[in-house]
Amino acid sequence: MTDTAIAPPDGTAPASTSGPALDAASGARWRTLRRRPLFLLTGGCVLLLLLVAAAPGLFAGWFGHGNPTVCDLGHSAEGPAPGHPFGYDVQGCDLYANVIHGAGASLGVGLLATGCGLAVALVLGCLAGMAGRVVDSVIARITDVFLGFPFLLGAIVVLNSVTTRDVPTVAGVLALFGWPTMTRVVRASVRSVREADYVVMSRSLGASQWHIVVRHVLPNALTPVLVLASITVGGVIVAESALTFLGVGLQPPSISWGLQLAGAQNSFQTHPHLLIFPGLFLCFTVFVLITFGDIVRDALDPRGR
Amino acid sequence: MRYLIRRLLEALVVFFGISLVIYAMTYVLPGDPVAALAGDRPLAPSVVRALREQHHLDEPLLSQYGHYLAGLLHGDLGTDFNGRSVAEQMADRWPVTLKLALTAWGIEAVVGIGLGVLAGLRRGTWTDRTVLAFTIGATSVPVFVLAYTAQVVLGVKLGLFPVAGNADGWPTSYLLPALCVAAFGLASVSRLVRAEVIENLRADYARTAVAKGLSQRRVVGIHVLRNSLVPAVTYLAIDLGYLLGGTVIIEGVFNLPGIGQLLFQAIRAHAGPTVVGVSTALILIFLAASVLVDLLNSLLDPRIRHD
Repeated sequence: MTDTAIAPPDGTAPASTSGPALDAASGARWRTLRRRPLFLLTGGCVLLLLLVAAAPGLFAGWFGHGNPTVCDLGHSAEGPAPGHPFGYDVQGCDLYANVIHGAGASLGVGLLATGCGLAVALVLGCLAGMAGRVVDSVIARITDVFLGFPFLLGAIVVLNSVTTRDVPTVAGVLALFGWPTMTRVVRASVRSVREADYVVMSRSLGASQWHIVVRHVLPNALTPVLVLASITVGGVIVAESALTFLGVGLQPPSISWGLQLAGAQNSFQTHPHLLIFPGLFLCFTVFVLITFGDIVRDALDPRGR
Repeated sequence: MRYLIRRLLEALVVFFGISLVIYAMTYVLPGDPVAALAGDRPLAPSVVRALREQHHLDEPLLSQYGHYLAGLLHGDLGTDFNGRSVAEQMADRWPVTLKLALTAWGIEAVVGIGLGVLAGLRRGTWTDRTVLAFTIGATSVPVFVLAYTAQVVLGVKLGLFPVAGNADGWPTSYLLPALCVAAFGLASVSRLVRAEVIENLRADYARTAVAKGLSQRRVVGIHVLRNSLVPAVTYLAIDLGYLLGGTVIIEGVFNLPGIGQLLFQAIRAHAGPTVVGVSTALILIFLAASVLVDLLNSLLDPRIRHD
């Protein structure tokens, strides 16, 4: 691609010339980061959300029975009641339990898709950054192709032809369109450390290419792409809910916020709580992930100050 | 000139790649499209043969892809299950989508740049913080949640805007949907502009201009603004392509009879060929737009060098 294209949100990695200096500097940055209240707050929220996603049973039973599939049609779409702080959904299931259990699918898709994309990005980014011009430009062209898809439309085309859509398949499709930006960031970081003194020295001491990549290049390339990944998780969760809402995302019996919002769309005018509670949790999660990534990025990238 | 040729060649590679991916995803997947067409009752062998011949299903893969590509270049986006051409169905829907996308684009540009400049000039004040909070909020609320909330609160409860449809014509019917489409891009634009304004205010040339005795208004209006808008303009240009795609959900929610609504309804009706045809058209428009932006950029900003 060209240098005119919009830079990925992260821009390029902090250029570094020497390893130990970078370590010391980033150590200091982490120390200042740890003292920032907003970082601790959003970091805590991220951990809490992960806990909710991993063990919904711990939280779902706080007010009522906590089982999202025990439903009573007699209570269909009723508002908040004692024992059911969020009320009931159209099927008469406890909305609070459903929202808590929905965290699993939403965060699951987000983490799985970002994780797969990150793995691909690390491999291809390192290859493009370290190998010769031919490999580099082949990978660059493939990246271009996938960046040529507007995220949502590309996912619609692919998911449209998939018949069973559960968490792994939806995550896989979203990963398909999520890796290119991360690959570019990895490649840029790898390029910036490739000719650094300590890498040259390591090479002249006879270190293998593999050793150089694993010990020297990857550790330095990891931070910027991890920051981007945290923002990507938020984006993927939004994309999943939008696709599910459109009807090409997750399907029942999965429980996700997107499905709850999709189910609410015909009755939210009379029962706004069906829109409000899953919507609030969705917005909060995305907000926390994006803000967390932003704060870490600002701390690591001195140009932004 | 050499850059122009190289960029066009790259775009061509991307075009082939994209069409190949779409083709592979939709036409080569397991399952017999002719059998799917028939439903539960099997078709007569002669009909099957005719259909297979008509759609080149018995030819080798590469020649099938060739036929698909040739059709694409002739503006043939396929036909839906009822035999109607997808391109024809799209034809009279363009004005609605264009109006919506351009209205959203205008809001994005004017409000986004305005908020960004304001926040950048008053860095650290409560104005800046309010804008920041608003931009973060706008990026983390999914567009359909925003759309429904706006529809219920501003449309149904307060009655400020028409709830749905385009009976009131432009701009009344398009304002609220356009605001929802624009929210995300607006936030990005204002953040970009804010960062640039802050950086440019500190730049040597701005200090020189102040030292020369130019008024604050002139320094900001003539020197800082012009340099700060370059990334925002690039973003806005690319975003026009995204906006066309972003209209899918909004047109569905607000019931505007545009391209997005066609796609929205086709997904709901499980009309596979229509979904693919419309998406392909939108993706190709996006591709063309991004090539155009790159070329325009290198013309407008001589600092961007291509070697």
